[in-house]
Amino acid sequence: MTSARTQQWILAWLLLLPAMVLLVLFTHYPAVATFWQSFFSTPKGSRAAVFVGAENYEQLVADPIFWQALSNNFWYALGTIPASIVIAILMAIWVNEKIAGRGFLRLAYFTPTILPMIAVANIWLFFYTPEYGLLEKFLGVFGAGSHNWLGSKSTALPALMVVTIWKEAGFFMIFYLAALQSMSPYLAEAAAIEGASRWYFFRRVTFPLLMPTTLFVLVNAIINAFRLVDHIVVMTRGGPDNATALLLYYVYEIGFRFWDTAYAAALTVILLAILGLVALVQFFFLERRVHYQ
Amino acid sequence: MSGMVYAPRGVSRALETGAAWLLGFLWVLPLLYAFWTAFHPAEFSTRFALTAPLTLENFERAWAAAPFARYFLNTVILVTMVLAAQLVLVTLAAYSFARFEFPGRNVLFALVLVQLMIMPDVLIVENYQTMTKLGIKDTILAIGLPYMASAFGIFLLRQTFKTVPRELDEAARVEGCTPLQVLWKVYVPLARPTYLAYALVSVSYHWNNFLWPLIITNSVEARPVTVGLQVFSATDQGLDWSVITAATLLTTAPLLIAFLLFQKQFVQSFMRAGIR
Repeated sequence: MTSARTQQWILAWLLLLPAMVLLVLFTHYPAVATFWQSFFSTPKGSRAAVFVGAENYEQLVADPIFWQALSNNFWYALGTIPASIVIAILMAIWVNEKIAGRGFLRLAYFTPTILPMIAVANIWLFFYTPEYGLLEKFLGVFGAGSHNWLGSKSTALPALMVVTIWKEAGFFMIFYLAALQSMSPYLAEAAAIEGASRWYFFRRVTFPLLMPTTLFVLVNAIINAFRLVDHIVVMTRGGPDNATALLLYYVYEIGFRFWDTAYAAALTVILLAILGLVALVQFFFLERRVHYQ
Repeated sequence: MSGMVYAPRGVSRALETGAAWLLGFLWVLPLLYAFWTAFHPAEFSTRFALTAPLTLENFERAWAAAPFARYFLNTVILVTMVLAAQLVLVTLAAYSFARFEFPGRNVLFALVLVQLMIMPDVLIVENYQTMTKLGIKDTILAIGLPYMASAFGIFLLRQTFKTVPRELDEAARVEGCTPLQVLWKVYVPLARPTYLAYALVSVSYHWNNFLWPLIITNSVEARPVTVGLQVFSATDQGLDWSVITAATLLTTAPLLIAFLLFQKQFVQSFMRAGIR
């Protein structure tokens, strides 16, 4: 005889079962299996994988391309995230006001968000084309010489950063707009009566109240900086000379162009460790300090 | 800013409006450029003249050069399949987490949330091997399968279900509804805006997804339109930019048109999906 409570338990578990099975199969299992595989060699032909200890990690430490991908990814995140956030806040404040042409501006800012990154990359590839691209034409007016933006080591990564900022700022704007719209108008009135300037009001009232949104956006932006490499595949293939290789792109290259799955697993472990660290910081540090409604 | 008290006035108003418009112009510029290139003959792709004749030839050539119709079909199948599976799985799981007391609930919920950080997008090496073992490599199912149990959806819907008044739930039970009937008759209708928001986010995510489909497919029968576009524009067929740009616009057209028509719903959906 089962009690009503036990029946409840069984029902709850059954409701969860289908989702849990797929989650375990395609998230938890691969995460653990990646870790496990990173201690084995890549099976080749009839030769099965053998336990190699930390060999893949030794290879990783000695691999200059890995370090470059890691540092590229770090600069890429640093170059795109703060800029996207600042632009997103500006956009949100503007389209929240009774500005002329608000409808068009909202549309203009947000449209890049819904386009596929691959299409965006194609459009920008043409934009950057030496001699023919619009950027060249535009700079040519000012007498600037031709420059291969995606082909030279010093400008390739910044050129990709511009694309990312262009695509993401409008997405983050939406969250700031939602937060601004939920703010009480009395705050501004009270501050105005106290004689606070516009900038002071933004700095001391609006910005702190947007903090939960900023942290939400920040976490999303960091994940995206490590998750999205579609534009690299289209625009530079990691080149020139690995100047634009991001971590996930390097995983893709090692795993699916050189088919070295064991080394790709070790690289993925580093990627997972970074994402895990972001999760821990968010959970133990930020969530406790920020007040959510 | 909230309220109109701090709306800029006079010169600063003009300056800010100017800056907002400049930014808006910069933001649409790459798209306008793409439209210009796609709708004009190749010789005008970088030459701007008011007399440049409009043409659809680039679109015709793009459509003829690759099986885009098939790619579109694949994407539509993929997006529909993923969304349908997500809606069912996410609803059941969210209901369980929102309204049932059972041992292991917190641990299981934490396990679900792991996927918010570690998305299938980064587990490509291992998931590829899983698909090989399952024997479904190079199928539309393999593209969608890792995304069907969506932590984001479970989280979002659980929040919504928790706001449903308990009294409604109990009233339905008193009338003799089983738990599943309660879910269907009380919770699902009340969560309609959340479902719409989730559906729009999901459809645009999977319409746009690229790296995993690129890896797991290698035939025309399975490739979604994003991968098709890449295969088309990467192989050197001597195509000029106007044709590639036309193909690019072609692949984004359904989503772009839907967005322009239902702009408000899109923006509100993305907003709703972001607020927790």
